[in-house]
Amino acid sequence: MNNHPARPLSQRLSRPVGFIFTAFALLFLSHTPLHAQDWFKTETSSGVSNIRIAVADFKPTTADAGTLKQTFDTTLYSDLSNAGIFDIVSKSLLPQSTPGAPGEITLAQWGNAPTSAAMVAFGAFGTSGGRITVNGFLFDAKNTQFPQVLSKQYSEQANEDMARQIAHRFADEIIFRLGGGVPGIAETKIIYVKFGGGNKEIWAMDYDGANQHAITHLGTVSISPRISPDNNRIAFSSLGRDGFQIRMYSLLLNRMVNFPSAGGTNLSPAWSPNGHDVAFSSSRSGDPEIFIADSNGGGSRRITSFRGPDVSPVFNPKTGSQIAWISGRTGLPQLYVMDIDGSAVTRMTDGGYATSPSWSPNGQFVAFAWDRKYGPGAPGGQDIYVMEVATKRWIQLTHDIGRCDFPSWSPDGRHIVFANSPDGHAASTRIVSMLADGTGRRNLTGAGADMPNWSWK
Amino acid sequence: MNLSPVRYRKALAAAAIAVVLGAVTGCHKKDQPVNPATLGPMPSHAAAPTATLSADPTAIDVGQSVVLNWRTQNATSVTIDGVGEVPANGTQTVSPSSSTNFHLTAKGDGGSTEANVRVTVRVPQAPAAPVDNTDMGSEAAFHQNVQDVFFDYDSYDVRPDAQSSIQTAASYLNSHPAIKILIGGYCDERGSAEYNLALGENRGNAAKTALTGAGVSASRIRVISYGKEKQFCTEQSESCWQQNRRAQFSLDR
Repeated sequence: MNNHPARPLSQRLSRPVGFIFTAFALLFLSHTPLHAQDWFKTETSSGVSNIRIAVADFKPTTADAGTLKQTFDTTLYSDLSNAGIFDIVSKSLLPQSTPGAPGEITLAQWGNAPTSAAMVAFGAFGTSGGRITVNGFLFDAKNTQFPQVLSKQYSEQANEDMARQIAHRFADEIIFRLGGGVPGIAETKIIYVKFGGGNKEIWAMDYDGANQHAITHLGTVSISPRISPDNNRIAFSSLGRDGFQIRMYSLLLNRMVNFPSAGGTNLSPAWSPNGHDVAFSSSRSGDPEIFIADSNGGGSRRITSFRGPDVSPVFNPKTGSQIAWISGRTGLPQLYVMDIDGSAVTRMTDGGYATSPSWSPNGQFVAFAWDRKYGPGAPGGQDIYVMEVATKRWIQLTHDIGRCDFPSWSPDGRHIVFANSPDGHAASTRIVSMLADGTGRRNLTGAGADMPNWSWK
Repeated sequence: MNLSPVRYRKALAAAAIAVVLGAVTGCHKKDQPVNPATLGPMPSHAAAPTATLSADPTAIDVGQSVVLNWRTQNATSVTIDGVGEVPANGTQTVSPSSSTNFHLTAKGDGGSTEANVRVTVRVPQAPAAPVDNTDMGSEAAFHQNVQDVFFDYDSYDVRPDAQSSIQTAASYLNSHPAIKILIGGYCDERGSAEYNLALGENRGNAAKTALTGAGVSASRIRVISYGKEKQFCTEQSESCWQQNRRAQFSLDR
């Protein structure tokens, strides 16, 4: 990510669209202000500036590598195509050969048309004695003299999960090396709310939707899960006899840990980037206001004081010194930003119905859900938007795909996961991820999943 | 009167039980010693004694006293249970701690006679719990009198048309002080879950404020926001949405 303030919004947002955007920006800049353009919807991420990478099926070194190797190949291919920084060579354009070692690859086969790859990922995959052994390579197809960029070896227990994990690790190495030093997200998790039968429980899955599994079994309505920056705890809000209270689950102990209850409705916890504090909404003093407490619930202090609902705080993960949140102090809920001592309150949205902010890892943007023409019979719907905090300029990321809510940034800032209901019914809500420019959308779950939260690492 | 067979059997059974009870309790009694005065010829010239016993007042509170007043004639010895030997005529002030039957026995040459008076002592109830206060009323009566308050879209202001039902609810609740109320704040399915929970809290609190303004003690009211997590109906229509945008009252047991 580039922090240079003079560069256009989209270029800082996502590399792939930069080139085309610059061209468009030159056309538009002199005449129109930069906001509310829909040109992000055009095929800008078709990959002019992306690195063209060929991902070979790995060479089986043992006869029984079969299904595990298939899992590995599929996962690696999908990780690299999801990364948002590559132009992946279609499988049908790959050469017939499956090189398993540096000596077995003929680079001209991969670098020339029709493959025309700039980079080639290949290697060998074998299972023996209950263990997977993987040798992975990344070669620069245009560099005939010293082509090797990466060489990695992995050895893990032979099962489906580890075959996927090895692919994730190798993919992250490639993404880290070729993606400007930003760590990949293939090993990150997404926690979310799974609903059905009247209850809502906290679940977790891998970033690509695999490995979906339950975390809590509380038998009530648990919502707004937020994972701690060290991935050790999940804060959420759960309905008990005294209404919604902040609850805490330890992923190290695999059980609930104490978080003190308070009067009123307590919801929407958010972690400070150092993991020491939790901000949340509490109506213990009557009106729902933003509070900050230690991560064990002690020393809680009130930050806002204005009539009307104040909910959904989120720390600036870069600085930890600002909070974006949603306030209904002027009527319909709007996006606001303030310092963590409650000063410097700034309203960010100019109308409509704005909810569910998520602050980008580099601190520049806030993604949120916004229904700009809110009201019965109004056109449009609730979509995901990204706003640059410094300028309040925004772009719309989703269009005409039904109700969207709860965006959450990936730690690399290149992806956003969100909840989407194609027909507007709560029951059809599912979890979808996309690139931060709105392209590359894919469903991670079926209906029955809501409120995703991407892990910090 | 004709006895039906069932009644007849019941009566028979009751009689049998009475007999058995009498036999059981009778077992413990020795035969009363024969009173010689009732046997043999007695001098019959002596008049039988007469006795009256009265109390004023006959009902008191604990700690208050009552005056016993008795008159006898033709008696040689007069006793009152719990007081002892007393003159033939007299008064005495007593302070029983619980309701008591005062029993006077006057014996004379002409025999003996008895007189009774009952003094009722009122033990005060706990002041916070008069009889009516334990009555929580019926569920139906509660819902008939305490009706849900509906709200406008994205608003937590109690509408003017809800004021009369708030008044009805408050007067019902004030006449049934044992009732504790749970107010649930609800929202329609539109909008975002977290914001709606806060909005539901405001709706519940608005209803609570309206009730306390009408004289219902705030300590009797508990507010829980359910946001849009517990929908009353799920159709996407204004009538359904309106039914969901409410503060719902229920008995907090």
